[in-house]
Amino acid sequence: MKKLLNRLVAIFSIFSLLLGFSSAQARVDGDVITLGAAVSLTGKYSTNGEHTKNGYNLAVKRINDMGGVKVGGKSYKFAVKYYDDESNSKRAAQLAERLIKQDGVKYMLGPYSSGLTKAMAPVTEENKIPMVEANGASRSLFTKGYKYLFAVLSPANQYLEVAIDLAVEKNGGKPVKIAMAFEQDPFSQDVRLGILDAAKRTKSKIIIDDKLPKELNDMAATLAKVKAVKPDVLVVSGHSKGALTAIRQISEMKVDVKMLAMTHCDASKLAKQHGKKAEYALCASQWHKSLSYKDNYFGSGLKYDKDFTAAYGYAPPYQAAESSAALLVYKDAFERANSFDTKKVRDALAKTDMQTFYGNVKFGSGGQNTAKPMVLFQVRCTGDKCENKVVAPTKWASAKLVHPVPSWSKR
Amino acid sequence: MDFLIFEHPILIVQALMDGVLLGILFALIAYGMALQWGVMNIINIAQGELVIMGGYVAYFLYMYGIHPAYGVIVSPIVMYFVGIGIYKLVINKVVDKDLFTSILATFGISILMMQLMNFVFGADVVVAQSNFGTTMLFDNSVTLPNSKIFASVVSVLAAIVLVLYMKKSKLGRAIRATAQNARAAKILGVDTEKVYASTFGINAALCGVAGALIAITFTLHPYVGLPYTVRSFMIVIVAGLGNLPGVALSGMGLGVFEEFADYLLGTEFRIAAVFLLLVLILMYRRFKLARSREYLK
Repeated sequence: MKKLLNRLVAIFSIFSLLLGFSSAQARVDGDVITLGAAVSLTGKYSTNGEHTKNGYNLAVKRINDMGGVKVGGKSYKFAVKYYDDESNSKRAAQLAERLIKQDGVKYMLGPYSSGLTKAMAPVTEENKIPMVEANGASRSLFTKGYKYLFAVLSPANQYLEVAIDLAVEKNGGKPVKIAMAFEQDPFSQDVRLGILDAAKRTKSKIIIDDKLPKELNDMAATLAKVKAVKPDVLVVSGHSKGALTAIRQISEMKVDVKMLAMTHCDASKLAKQHGKKAEYALCASQWHKSLSYKDNYFGSGLKYDKDFTAAYGYAPPYQAAESSAALLVYKDAFERANSFDTKKVRDALAKTDMQTFYGNVKFGSGGQNTAKPMVLFQVRCTGDKCENKVVAPTKWASAKLVHPVPSWSKR
Repeated sequence: MDFLIFEHPILIVQALMDGVLLGILFALIAYGMALQWGVMNIINIAQGELVIMGGYVAYFLYMYGIHPAYGVIVSPIVMYFVGIGIYKLVINKVVDKDLFTSILATFGISILMMQLMNFVFGADVVVAQSNFGTTMLFDNSVTLPNSKIFASVVSVLAAIVLVLYMKKSKLGRAIRATAQNARAAKILGVDTEKVYASTFGINAALCGVAGALIAITFTLHPYVGLPYTVRSFMIVIVAGLGNLPGVALSGMGLGVFEEFADYLLGTEFRIAAVFLLLVLILMYRRFKLARSREYLK
């Protein structure tokens, strides 16, 4: 009996401790709104995790310096509580739980990568906590009927659709022959679905459809097939490893193709690592500093680029820009909701319709951003220096698309 | 089924060449694993990480403007000492324990090495440019990157040097004696502790050579070691333990098989096909063993 009593007392004290803990660290303390974020500071996503964190921090500082968030006539400051998810999806889900249940966080920011966002979304959804994420583009995130998930970036299936349209346009409006090589991961397979849609729409024919195993680092077989069947477009997506392997082997095997479109050129520092070998590759990107979007906080893309570089010592990749945009979206939603009630904030987020330096933001029914198109770069070199030039959409093009890509014998 | 390869028969030549070149490189890694497995009875889960670390040594040279191909000389030297260090710190404590203990220990080492490389070199995927050019055959329809040819030649040379060393040198003889019977070797005056340390060091050095070759033929990333471990493990299994010439053959065989599986079944099945082949070979072995056991009865 005594044992039982002891146990009850112990359980009771644990509960009261937990209760005490969560009420001590509420969502809004004094004049601070705490947002929770688990980002990858170690592990395989640590580079991009760092970009994400820097993006968040820059925006938090900027918003706080410019008067903070005004709710109910009072000014509040943003603060972010970070945890390191170790690039591990199980850990990310645990940390989401911890942020919400233990730390009492009521508003979340997303982690880096589709995989980790997928792990966290069920937790935030179950607890009815809004999450504005900036680095999970997988289409499957937006087809689950989540009500509390909002993504400021364009979904993965839109990444390379533009390239197919461009190829058809260059082919005099006639259908093209497409070769595709996509890694078997959720993101790349979503990009593939987008290409399938675009092919159907333009009546183009897919003549190679290779799904690269994740552990593969040799694309020689796929490229030999491409050489044999001569498609009009070659589309490749397989994160940084896929982009770097593709360029290395295309240049070594002298594969001539009229158009080469890929993802992750930015993240893999393609132009820097491969130099002239990467020239003429088309790359999908969420953002580029030269786009003409504007807002009151960062001004323009060019100004954002300058401020970010001054703060962190390197030029912002799009992962940082979109992370900053997530904070701008939160600020706007808080002010329109004029409340800290999570339901009201969620409803305000759903009604977001604004322009940021990163692009227009308006959420579709699944939480994806429907107002911002993807941009396409082409890697162009002058001498030995190579950089990315926007070639599509034509509205922002800073260089003319080179099409078809000159053959290797002439390069 | 895809019949592209029959419509363009030249692809058969390309697949054969690619498979052989890929297989030789993998065989080199498997060679180290077989040696150390045979001598020390340790399955080294950190094999792939040793390879990648070797690659980073070459990449380090490349960052400082030295041609990464020199990595095939520098990297094994560095990795030999890394191997000896790992042996002294961890492996010597598990070398006479059961297989499970050593698997756990090397698994731990692999995690540690991944994080260490991530910490030092960052999580970006990197490549080292060799600019070796391309060999074109049959009116440019078969293209072979010279970097891959270089990798195969170096791998074959490294293997030959190792075989000669094992046959001729004093340490080589001691290693072979220890592999045959460690206790007997010890009784006859072989310093088995030293033999183990050198074996692990030699394995790490071979991984260093392979890593430097991977830096100029493929890509490097702190977390891509595992496929190399798995592949070398498979090559050793197929060749059979203690069968060093078999390792070269099984490496090339699996390489070619993988390429053809890609063309015939599709890229998504190439790894699956190799694993299926492994299962079939193991089943065949079991069947053969069971039959000889019946004769004994």
